[in-house]
This record gives sequence, C-alpha cells and structure tokens, in this order.
Amino acid sequence: MNITKLGVTAITLAAIGALTLSGCAGGGAAPASKANADAIISTNGSEPQNPLIPTTTTETGGGKIVNSIFAGLVYYDATGATVNDVAEAITTDDNTTYTIKIKPGLAFSDGQALTSNSFVDAWQYGALLSNGQLGSSFFSDIAGYSVETDSPLTGLTVVDDTTFTVALTAPLADFPQRLGFAAFYPLPASAFADMAAFGESPIGNGPYMLDGPKAWKHNEKIDLVVNPSYDGGRKPKNGGLSITFYANEGAAYSDLLANNLDVLDSIPDSAYGTYESDLGDRVVNQPAAILQAVTIPARLPHFSGEEGTLRRRALSMAINREEITKIIFSGTRTPASDFTSPVLDGWSDTLTGADVLTFNAKQAKKLWAEADAISPWTGSFQIAYNADGGHQGWVDAASNSIKNTLGIDASGAPTPTFAQARTAIADRSIQTAFRSGWQADYPSLYNFLQPSYATKAGSNDGEYSNPEFDALLARGSAEADLTAANSDFQKAQEILLQDLPAIPLWYANVTGGVGPDVHGVVFGWDSVPLFTEITKG
Amino acid sequence: MTGYIFRRILQAIPVFLGTTFLIYFMVFAMPGDPIVALFGDKTPNPAVVAQLRAQYHLDQPFIVQYLIYLGGIFRGDFGLSFSGEPVTAILARTFPVTARLAILALLFETFFGILVGLVSGLRKGKLFDASSLAVSLILISLPIFVIAFVGQYVFGVWLGWARTTVSSGAPLQDLILPALVLASVSFAQIVRLTRASVIETSGLDFVRTAYSKGLSSRRVIPVHILRNSLIPVVTYLATDFGVLLVGATITEGIFNVPGVGNTLYQAIIRGEGPTVVSFVTVMVLIYLVVNILVDLFYGLLDPRIRYVK
Repeated sequence: MNITKLGVTAITLAAIGALTLSGCAGGGAAPASKANADAIISTNGSEPQNPLIPTTTTETGGGKIVNSIFAGLVYYDATGATVNDVAEAITTDDNTTYTIKIKPGLAFSDGQALTSNSFVDAWQYGALLSNGQLGSSFFSDIAGYSVETDSPLTGLTVVDDTTFTVALTAPLADFPQRLGFAAFYPLPASAFADMAAFGESPIGNGPYMLDGPKAWKHNEKIDLVVNPSYDGGRKPKNGGLSITFYANEGAAYSDLLANNLDVLDSIPDSAYGTYESDLGDRVVNQPAAILQAVTIPARLPHFSGEEGTLRRRALSMAINREEITKIIFSGTRTPASDFTSPVLDGWSDTLTGADVLTFNAKQAKKLWAEADAISPWTGSFQIAYNADGGHQGWVDAASNSIKNTLGIDASGAPTPTFAQARTAIADRSIQTAFRSGWQADYPSLYNFLQPSYATKAGSNDGEYSNPEFDALLARGSAEADLTAANSDFQKAQEILLQDLPAIPLWYANVTGGVGPDVHGVVFGWDSVPLFTEITKG
Repeated sequence: MTGYIFRRILQAIPVFLGTTFLIYFMVFAMPGDPIVALFGDKTPNPAVVAQLRAQYHLDQPFIVQYLIYLGGIFRGDFGLSFSGEPVTAILARTFPVTARLAILALLFETFFGILVGLVSGLRKGKLFDASSLAVSLILISLPIFVIAFVGQYVFGVWLGWARTTVSSGAPLQDLILPALVLASVSFAQIVRLTRASVIETSGLDFVRTAYSKGLSSRRVIPVHILRNSLIPVVTYLATDFGVLLVGATITEGIFNVPGVGNTLYQAIIRGEGPTVVSFVTVMVLIYLVVNILVDLFYGLLDPRIRYVK
C-alpha cells in the first residue's frame, strides 16, 4: 500500500508542480491597469496566404493586417459610409473622369513622402497582368486595363504632387466608394525596388505600423504598434495590436475564455450552443455584409425558361429560413430578404416580390405542380457544397425542408475540399445546384449585384443574363447621386426576385466575443472590428 | 558496425526517392485547383490564374514538376509557399517547436510510464496494479482530442494554471500541458508493455539465480529485471518519438502550437505542393535516422543482438 500511495502522490505532485509553474509564467504577461492609451489589444487572425502587398491581399487573414497598416483615399466608418482619409476631395462631373486631390505633406511611416505617384504607381503595379496580383480585377474599370496582355492603365494621370485624375471606361457612380478597398492603397517608392522583401515587411501610411522589420512571425502572430505619423480619422485609441494566428477557431475561443485574448471576431461552430452562457454580455452580434445563397444554373435540366423560374420560386418558398437560422445557426444568421446585406446604405426589406423568400409550403407546392405541368420532374435535387467548410448542417436542413414540402428527393452533394468545389463551379462542370456566398469588397449594393448577376460578369457562376437587369445596373452607375443610384439598384433586385438566378438564404452575422475589460468593440461593414476604436482597462 | 551503418544509409536513398515521388504524385492528384481556391468564392480572371500557375510550375506536366522540385532539393531549394516564404524557412521555424514538444512528451511518458509499469509488474494483482491498469485502459480508449479539450478547459480556462494555447515562440512552460496530453496515450501503452515484460522477466531462471546468489532486490530489479524488460519498450518509444516528431496535428491544432503538424495540415488544405512534399520528405528522413539509431541502441540493452559484422 505504501508504494501505491507514494506512486499516485508523486505523479499528482509532479503534474501540479509543472502546471503551477507554467501558470505563473503565463499570468505575468498581462499587466492590469486602468484604461490606458498604450494597451495592446490582442485579437485572432490567420496566417496571411499571400505577401502583405495590398493589391494581392484578397483574403481576411492578410486583409486585417493590410487594412491596419495602410490608409487609402477613403475609409469606411462603422455604418459603412465612406469618409475621406488620405483624400482631400474626390470630384467628378460625369462619373467617368474623377479628379482626386490628396492632403499635402503626408508621409509613410518611415518618412518617405506620400504623393499622387504613391497611388498611381501602386495601381499600375497591381493592374499589370505579369505581376499576377490577386486583386488586379479591381482596376478593370480604369481605362487601359487588360486581362490579356501587359497594358498600363492609361486612365491614370498625375497632375501634380497632390492631384491625379482617373478616367474610367464607363460611368460608375460608386467608384469613390470602392477606393477604401485594399487594392487601392498607396505604396512607397521603396516598395518597387524589391516587392518580395516589401511583402514580408511592408511600410504603410495607416494608423498602425509593423513593430520592427521582424514583426511578422509566420504562423504565430504579427505585432503592430501605433504609427505616430498617421493623421486621419482612424487615430488609434490603444497602443497597438497583437494578432495571433490560429489554425483552429476552437483554440482562439478557449483563449478568449481564459482571458488570453481581448477580441475574437468569430465564434466557432462548436461553441454555438454555449457561447451565450459562457460570455454573457461580452457577446457582440451584428449583421455582416455576407450573403449566403444557393445558385441553380439555368443549364441544368428542368431549370430553364418558364419551368425553371417556377421551380426556383417553389424551392425558395420550400426552405424554412427562420427555423434553420434559429436551430442550426443559433441565431448567428438572419433570414435574407434581398440579394444584398442589411449593413449597406440603401438596403431594404420591403422590395416587391420579396415574399418569395418567405417559407410558404402551400404556394411552393402549387408552383411546383405548375412546373410539373410544363414538364414532369425527374431525378433528385442536389445542393453541392465543400465538406471542409462546415456547411453540411444547413445543407442537410435545407434539403430536408425541400423534401418535406415538395415531396421530392433532395440531398446535399459534398465535395471534399473548397478547391475542388470552386474548380467544378468555375469550369462549369458542376451538374447540380451549388452553395454560393458573397462577401462584399466595398459597401455598395452594386458590388453585391454586378459581379454575380450581370451578363458575363466575373463571378456570375450561374451564367444568368437578363438585359433589363443589366440596363438598370448601368443606369444606376451613371446616376449623379447615391440615392437615385440605389433606387435603380433596388429595381434591378426586383427583377432578380422574379427570376431567382440564386436563392438568397440568409445574411451571416458577425458574432464575436470580447474580454472583460475591453470596450468599444464595433464591427465594421466587412465583419472586422474597427480596431482603432477599441480601448482596454 | 561502420559497414552496417553505411548499408543502412544506402538503403535510405531509394526509400527517400520513392516517398517523395509518391507524395508529390498524391498532392498532384488532389482534386481541385489550388490557384482557383486562392480567390475564395470569387471567380478569378483566367489570365491571372495562368500567370500564377506558371509561377508555381503548375502548368507543367507532372513529371516535369517533380523533376524541377527534385532538382531544387539538391540545390537546397525546397520551393516557395503561396505566401512567398521559402519552405526551408518554414521547416527551420516549425521543426524546433515540434521537437521541443516531442522531447518533453517523450520524457514524461518514459519516466512515468516505466516507473508505473515497473511497480505494477512487481506488485502484480495488488491494488496499485489493478488501478494503474484501469487508468491506462481509460487513457487508451479516449480519443486524444477529448483529453486535449478536457485538459485545456480544466487547467487553462477553469483553474487557470496553464495557458490555453501556446504563445508566440512556444516557450517551454507553455508546452507542458500539450506535452502531457500527447504523452498520456503513450504513457498508458508503456505502462502495459513494461508491466507485461517485467512480469515475464521476473519469472525467468537468471532472476531466481540472482536472488539465490544473495543479491538484494535493489540490485536485481534495476539491473537484471528492468534492463532485460526494456527492449519492447525501447522499440515502442522509438516509433513513438518518430510519430511525435512528425507532428501531432490534432493536439497542435487545439493548443495552437506553431509546429509541424499544424503547418502541414494547413498546407494540405491549401494544396501547397512544395510545402507538403518538403515536410513529408524531412519526416521520412527523421524516421529513417531514428530507426537506425534504435537498431543500434538494442545492442546496448542486449549484447546478443549486437551487430558485429
């Protein structure tokens, strides 16, 4: 018996000793003082997939960093409105030629001057085909842009150090709204000498800057400190950011619970059931500019012409969005009532024809029967999704909702990886309906409508085409003021609600959590917290 | 002895070529276009895709891609990740972290495993033996992520004794909890192996002879029983060290350890050929080296299987 007790005690003691040691070391890291302007805010992120060059940063991991260390001509405030940042004035007479005047005497964080050339050269670099920048398509409306050969943007003209003009190929009312996107950020002259080195340790002009040349610790974290030379509307109320890269959202959530993390911008699926009781009033839940939908290409059998429209409308009314968002997503999604997002200026939930997005079993059956009268339904209805993205739950629920309402065979069709799903969608080899999602690049109705539904547009994966819709988009783009433009876009949406090239399902909410002594966490239109507004202590 | 080592190293060359070829082929055959996936839900401009594909040699036929890669390896160039970082830099950054975690876990499981196993074996059928068997059974049957989550919640969130995740630079004190989790399953295996081996050895003639010569159990247990019982345990530890070194994907993910397993997992998800193949290549090399070392180590424990030629 002696050995028994001794053995057990020894193991327990050793384990406790080891853990106590580590606890002491871990606890010392966070000094607790009253609200101070020097507090470093820690938040979650992911390893940037590309070098930190604005024109090739299109994913959120890198975007979070790039948006913090660069300042564009404009920025977006908490309501999604566009506010001048580096720009002093952006003017136009015809929505086709814009004159951009920037504030004089600005500089990058290392002292290099910020002039018209900083923008023009950066945009030229980003648009040039052979530079292979992932964000190059953002320049496609500027005169001179080409997707086939290396061609300079002839529409960009430097007038003087603080003025340049942009000539577009067609009128675009929302062009100034786009200018806050990463692709339009300026680059210092030194960047062009060695872009690879710059991407590893970028020099920006934004509210924060890298904490030294080795601040990006790959796969671990990146440390940002306040850039003293920034003098725009986003002046930080804290001392800097420490963005930890998590491979797994669950790990980030555990860190939030253990107070190792100040701001978490997404709750992992695994915590949907418990996050409200875990965090209480530390939960932040806001709608985001993300729409999730199911696209049904017209080339699928039974989905073209009149029959296709009837079937799409029937399917849309057969999906019980309220129930799925409540049960599967625990309220972290909001049922959709249009093709855009509630965070946008001009959004409306009272569009004509929006009732097609409400669950209505009787009407759904009736429309389905009408379609059957044209040509009887055969086969089964499938929704393709990538199995590595946590979509199975809602796809199965939506399929069941369709199956139970219409009495047809409906199921999910998983492909193993995101890459595989996107490849099949892009080369049109996919033979089923598929999950689609859209996250806006800049806060504008146009950005939700044009890329996905305009004839031959870049992300129009369902190959939808309706001249009336295209005409309304073009008219909206040419309108002199935003309200008139939005009203055209709303009319365009009413056409989509008739045709349903994609069936809108719900808007994603951004659901995050904050630490107990962290204040002022508000998510921007792009679902990323407005870091400069956060205070701690 | 030298000849033996030389032959083993020669054998490693075809193994090395074969594995890199197979892994490269498997990554190549993975469905879906990694470049298209880089653009997320948006459909990319075909010219930009072609440009990027050429940059990563993805437009070449498989065998050309493989030869370009292999040629690079011999010049010490393992290719670039999609974020533009040389794969050698990624290797140099992640392997030390995983090695520290692996060594820590190995120390825990060896020390506690052999100690508990030895006591269990010597006191066969007693209360300590029964309870250690029960505990090890529980540890073996629990999936590692359950142990990891429970450990993280209890010690990290609830008691606050350890950090929930490993902080930047992976300091040793942060690695203790993940190492204990990693060690737990192997600990149970080692307890059982040591116990069975000790029971078997204790009944052998030379142990009785040793006792009848008048030797004390303080000499017989470590020198005669334990040493002769360790061969299966050493074999197990060696393979386990190999497994630990090539990364514990699940545990590293849960504790956000910036090590090999975590990085490799993300590279697989992104279809980053050079990163995946280089990691696996280095893993194969580690396995080969560890196996040669183990074979040599046997000789120290049991002179009968020493390689004399």
